[in-house]
Amino acid sequence: MDVIYVLWLRQLKRYWRSRGRVIGALGQPLLFLLALGFGFGPVFRKAGQGDYIQFLAPGVIGMTILFAAVFSGIELIWDRQFGFMKEVLVAPVPRLTIMFGRTLGGATTALIQGFIVFVICLLAGFRLTHFEQVPLAILFMSLIALMFTALGTAIASVMSDFQGFQLVINFLVMPMFFLSGALFPLMNLPKLLDILATIDPLSYGVDGIRAAFVGVAHFGVRVDLAALFLLSALLLGVGSYLFSRIEL
Amino acid sequence: MIRVQNLVKNFGEIQAVRGISFEVQRGEIFAFLGPNGAGKTTTIKMLTTLLRPTSGVIELDGLDPTVHQHQVRSRFGIVFQDPSLDSELTAYENMELHATLYKVPRGVRAARIEKLLTLFELWDRRNDLVKQFSGGMRRRLEIARGLLHTPKILFLDEPTLGLDPQTRNQLWSHIQKLNEAEGVTVFLTTHYMEEAERVAHRIAIIDHGRIIAQGSPAELKQQTEAETLEQAFLKLTGFSIREESASSLDQMRAFAKMWQRRR
Repeated sequence: MDVIYVLWLRQLKRYWRSRGRVIGALGQPLLFLLALGFGFGPVFRKAGQGDYIQFLAPGVIGMTILFAAVFSGIELIWDRQFGFMKEVLVAPVPRLTIMFGRTLGGATTALIQGFIVFVICLLAGFRLTHFEQVPLAILFMSLIALMFTALGTAIASVMSDFQGFQLVINFLVMPMFFLSGALFPLMNLPKLLDILATIDPLSYGVDGIRAAFVGVAHFGVRVDLAALFLLSALLLGVGSYLFSRIEL
Repeated sequence: MIRVQNLVKNFGEIQAVRGISFEVQRGEIFAFLGPNGAGKTTTIKMLTTLLRPTSGVIELDGLDPTVHQHQVRSRFGIVFQDPSLDSELTAYENMELHATLYKVPRGVRAARIEKLLTLFELWDRRNDLVKQFSGGMRRRLEIARGLLHTPKILFLDEPTLGLDPQTRNQLWSHIQKLNEAEGVTVFLTTHYMEEAERVAHRIAIIDHGRIIAQGSPAELKQQTEAETLEQAFLKLTGFSIREESASSLDQMRAFAKMWQRRR
């Protein structure tokens, strides 16, 4: 317990001390919010779908958490050769404990990043329609953070260098974002796109956040929750297994 | 303190370590020398529970690292070839984290951290972030940290790589002092033969995964009729340069160096 706590605290301290990087990481969501939010706003309205910022904001929040979480997981590649993880991996501490401390830490920082973007969304004109459901939204955000930190850790556990990094970003993380319904409604899609969106874990996260904040859902809150809990458990399991097998 | 018998490690087709045997006595400073790719780091990794041997027996303080992993881990301290500090934390925070990981009793933590940081002349800088430290200071901090849980054995994998002569000299003085005062057994590797000659009580030379000579520095020089340990080493291992193909790890190392210089 002690160990989980200090590993978690360590990542929070690191996060707090690297404010420059935090601000840098806000660039991308900001760009999406401004360029797409205001750029596509008129078209979206003409199509009879209402205010695009209302639709887009939950997607951008989801995206922020996705990227922050995967990156904090993937940091492990560097950290286990040139960083602190090596020291932790030879300590008399069970691997599972380390995995949990690290994942919780990474997920927490990703969640904070998501909150910052949430506040920016509010400044950009995003309005909540269901205030009482904010805790539900936080639950969804936490689940996304946890799930994708575990995914990042799992990937980093089997990758020995950054050669495959670009592959992971372009063929896994980016598609997960673009096909998740973060940018467009998942209605009347071509069959292939529909299937891809249905198997995309982020779809359920974005749908859940959207349902909680503005009361619009595609899959429904129950399906979203069930899918996210299941996927989080699965990815945590796979991540822990792969993490426990790391040899330096 | 360390006993190794017929230790073998294969990576697929490649035989990295081919049946080595040696013993290190309690309180001894033991140097493990060899050219690049001879099997030094692989051996250290097996001794420190980071790699499973293909076959052979290892005993650390009477325990088998593959069976009693955690007990063995709490008995040694290690300084890796590559840095393993958290550079976004302060020196003191790094020490505290280590104390938690190794379950150093709360009552003695603060006192022991102060003692070690003072010994390694880092107490005044305890609240500075490690990323502001020079290479020598980082190394000292890593050694201080490795000693925090009062290990019986200290593993040092090329601890002086990239340090200037002054820092190297000071580092070895510290280690010798510790070895004499606390009786810590030291197992080290280095490419600087004069360092091994100066500090090591006994030396083993490994090449192509086999131990080709063992003994005190004087014995090794006598055996090979050499003036210095460096000459003895070259006579034993030959003059040809071992070309290793650059691995992805080397690329990352080069990048890490570049990155550090820029900061």
